[in-house]
Amino acid sequence: MLEKLLEIKDLSVVYHTDEAHVYAVNAINLEIGARETIGLVGETGAGKTTTALAILRLLPEKTGHITQGEILFKGEDLLKKSKREMRGIRGAHISMIFQDPMTSLNPTITVGDQIYESLLIHNYEGKPRDELYKRVDELLELVGIPARRRKDYPHQFSGGMKQRVVISIALACQPQLLIADEPTTALDVTIQAQVLAMMYDLKEKLQTSMIMITHDLGVVAQTCDKVAIMYAGEIIEFGLAEDIFESDQHHPYTTGLFGSIPDLDIEADRLNPIEGLMPDPTALPCGCKFHPRCKLCMEICKTTLPPQWHEGDHMISCHLYSREK
Amino acid sequence: MSKAVVAPARKYKRKSRFKEIWRRMKKNKLSMVGLCVFALFVAMIIFADLIVPYRIALEQNVWEQFAPPSVEHLLGMDQYGRDIFARVIHGSRNSLLMGIAAVFVGMIIGGTLASLAGYYGGKVDMVIMRISDTIFCIPFMLMGLSIVAALGPGLINVLIAITITAIPNYVRIIRSAILTIVGNDFIEAGRACGASDIFIILKHVAPNAVGPIIVQATMQVGTMIIFSTAFSYLGLGIQPPAPEWGAMLAEGKSYMLSAPHMIIAPGMSIVLVALSLNLLGDGLRDALDPKLKD
Repeated sequence: MLEKLLEIKDLSVVYHTDEAHVYAVNAINLEIGARETIGLVGETGAGKTTTALAILRLLPEKTGHITQGEILFKGEDLLKKSKREMRGIRGAHISMIFQDPMTSLNPTITVGDQIYESLLIHNYEGKPRDELYKRVDELLELVGIPARRRKDYPHQFSGGMKQRVVISIALACQPQLLIADEPTTALDVTIQAQVLAMMYDLKEKLQTSMIMITHDLGVVAQTCDKVAIMYAGEIIEFGLAEDIFESDQHHPYTTGLFGSIPDLDIEADRLNPIEGLMPDPTALPCGCKFHPRCKLCMEICKTTLPPQWHEGDHMISCHLYSREK
Repeated sequence: MSKAVVAPARKYKRKSRFKEIWRRMKKNKLSMVGLCVFALFVAMIIFADLIVPYRIALEQNVWEQFAPPSVEHLLGMDQYGRDIFARVIHGSRNSLLMGIAAVFVGMIIGGTLASLAGYYGGKVDMVIMRISDTIFCIPFMLMGLSIVAALGPGLINVLIAITITAIPNYVRIIRSAILTIVGNDFIEAGRACGASDIFIILKHVAPNAVGPIIVQATMQVGTMIIFSTAFSYLGLGIQPPAPEWGAMLAEGKSYMLSAPHMIIAPGMSIVLVALSLNLLGDGLRDALDPKLKD
């Protein structure tokens, strides 16, 4: 077992709005070892991004509240850090890649300056400007952009290149943990493959841990060591990539997810989606959150929270498996 | 770390940014005209004493009351027989500086307040906007008059009065520009890089709001000159006999039909300054916006 870099213990996040309380994340536990990549998979609204924002303490201040839990980064609780300490951590130790590269770059500043800025913020040793700019050039080359394009503005780049710039900003200070929030969703498939391959290389080279947030199981299969499947703010299945992709034992939701991917070998007219929608996070169902949509639903699922079933690293939270035992 | 081919570290710009803006400004012929005209006025302020001694602007010459423009007196004489050319030249010091200073100070204060309101939202926004609404409710003249009445007449006090009364206007316009920027992902991304609020406001929010601010600022200079006139007219601003365009305009108004040259010169000056600044502002806005870069 690798040393633990980040540990999320029993974390819950609630958004308080005027109309209702939205239970976005409900008591999740997650561990990330050094140099590990964890895929966080789930439908829209499953609480993936909220979890990421909670780690960086970037939840909207007025509405988002962490109601319980701890987030230990290298053994220190991030939730107890002061604002100033958090600023020192963001970007330098934990950084984040946002979903849409089109809007996550400032249109009025050259890309070189935007990378420079992240170096400048965490320039505690007071390195001279020339040295920092040399590093900007290095970073650009690292993500496959010629250094001479440093003086160009974001609108002069294509979507894929913008995302490369965003990645180089995130990697500028060599963080130990990189949170990638659907980094390839806004890109087309060819570019997606390029960017993913590049991210994987860089991660290996820089020995960074990564949380890859996505709803694309293909992306997960390509990049992740471990996978956590989220549903309605809970992690319902967790395991090594092999456990998720090769094992026969799955949470019915995971089975449904795999079922909804079209198979190349079998001719089919329609996709097989999971029936129904995510439950309303303002009024989550009792018992197992998935039971209204589950084909294998039993009486007990409607009333009691499912226990966690473990086999090695593989964890499934479902009544089906506790029965067998 | 990759040892990929790294271009030899070039000296990093700063200077070239201004060159770049200048290069793009030059393409806009109208804005260059604006810049030239405005530069003329600035030169007029600086070299006023070399062009015409201040003494001439005050000297009264009873025999030449209302004299129309001639070779000796380029723009004619006013009702006390003072040389209008000299008065326009020396008046520029008071009028133009007053207009520019009022807008400049107002924009800095208004911009700061608007940034705070737009960026933080919530209670901060509430307090700043309600105060500015309150000032907004009080009629402009009444507000200005009470401030001047409290502080006493004089150039600086009029400046303070018109600045304060104009601030709510700026706050509203700039805040709405900032609100559209704050929602962007790059603000969030900045936070995720560990940037502080002040850094984000200065580096990411403000540059994106520069367009509307410049347009507003250049339009306001003319307005501010006219507003300061109103105070001079009421005898609260610049005290006679010191020359000031607004005051000259007000004096000349009574003799508009018999001696139109009295209002043409100061009136044209105000129009020219306002127009040249508008053109200049338009060009500047385009030059500063990298998205419009070709």
